[in-house]
Amino acid sequence: MARRLVVVGASLAGLRAVEGARAAGFTGPVTLVGAEPHPPYDRPPLSKEFLHGGAEPAPPLHRDPASYAAELDADLLLGEPATALDAARRTVRVGGADLPYDALVIATGVRPRALPGAGALAGVHTLRTLDDARAIRRALDDGARTVVVGAGFIGSEAAAAARRRGLPVTVVEALPTPLARAVGEPMGRLCGDLHAANGVELRCGAPVAAVEGRGRVERVRLADGTVLPADLVVVGVGSVPATDWLAGSGLELADGVVCDETLAAAPGVYAAGDVARWRNPLFGRRMRLEHWTGAAQQGDIAGRNAADPAAARPCPTVPYFWSDLYGTRVQFSGVPDADRVECFGDPGGGGFAALYCRDDRLTGALVFDRPALALRYRALIRQGAAFPDAVEYTASRLDPARAAVG
Amino acid sequence: MKVIVDRVRCEGHGLCEEAAPQMFQLDDEGELMVLQDAEPVPAEQIEAVADAARTCPVGALRVES
Repeated sequence: MARRLVVVGASLAGLRAVEGARAAGFTGPVTLVGAEPHPPYDRPPLSKEFLHGGAEPAPPLHRDPASYAAELDADLLLGEPATALDAARRTVRVGGADLPYDALVIATGVRPRALPGAGALAGVHTLRTLDDARAIRRALDDGARTVVVGAGFIGSEAAAAARRRGLPVTVVEALPTPLARAVGEPMGRLCGDLHAANGVELRCGAPVAAVEGRGRVERVRLADGTVLPADLVVVGVGSVPATDWLAGSGLELADGVVCDETLAAAPGVYAAGDVARWRNPLFGRRMRLEHWTGAAQQGDIAGRNAADPAAARPCPTVPYFWSDLYGTRVQFSGVPDADRVECFGDPGGGGFAALYCRDDRLTGALVFDRPALALRYRALIRQGAAFPDAVEYTASRLDPARAAVG
Repeated sequence: MKVIVDRVRCEGHGLCEEAAPQMFQLDDEGELMVLQDAEPVPAEQIEAVADAARTCPVGALRVES
């Protein structure tokens, strides 16, 4: 057993690492380091119900702050980011002091990409933190005309929230298809159609040339010359792993902290959550996920493995994420790499499923408004089910799609 | 130990079924069914139910000792 555990990153993965280490019987001192001043909170609601009208909801905290000391016997060190790691001496630098560790879990997540050229204009926000969400909420409360840059899920959810308040929204996307990386091109188009069906204009193939205003944003200028007046710009153009503090640490960094299938990055060092690029034994390759369930599971396993490396176990995961777009529950399981995609039901309502086939296996599934199906597909993907079996299972529950979609 | 399902919060992600399949199951409509006693939770299910509560992405399961 390790003697002293330090977890860097106080969001879901970091919290689960602390809980996992304690559940594994770790009794030594534990420090949880967080860059933000807030105790660990849940991020999915920030782009969903947190943005709805009405009184501002309480922060969606994961735990009662008093329980960190009382139940987990963990020190919360908040408001200071870790700035360096010395893996040879086994110390983490936080606020100018060096914290020694025997076991370390890195769970620093990702940082949203800024929009080049947007500068420091007021009214331009990424959406990752509680403070971001509060600022966007306030702007929506003031009736902002909103431009969302980037038609990914975060941006799309922000657009849906603004629309729900009856506010004018335009979504602009530089690529020809939204969500191509997340769900593939045809199904990305299908998800994009939800915007138009709900009165939100989606402009694809429309890179932003400039965000303009005097001190505060006034308009977004697109590369084709179109000018969109805006009081609020929500920037959702992806994110990058927060690994700059690990430069010179000796850890292998390649779009994330490179780990083996037990999430180990170096002796005594594990990584979990959005920052971890680990070998997923279920798919036989390295991947990095930015999903709630992946972060929760990896955090738990990294914490247990860090506490007791001799008993380290692998972390097989079926990737899974969900989104709420204009009242449609969107769920995706698996990976979108596919030779072909077969569709069932009606994407316009009443349930829809798209099955992703590669080498005659089910590798992914996109589901609208049928959560029980999404769960069955996760199990089928985990089992490496033959594609015809997934089709047969679906055909008894949804009609074949009436028309070609996507 | 007992487990309490918050039906308002539950969104049918079904991760509890993956963690504790003998305790929780989603029906075809996405409604969560509790298959065994929730109070007290059978001894052999305690660990799985605790896992299920931790894994719920919307915090719809609460365990009390």
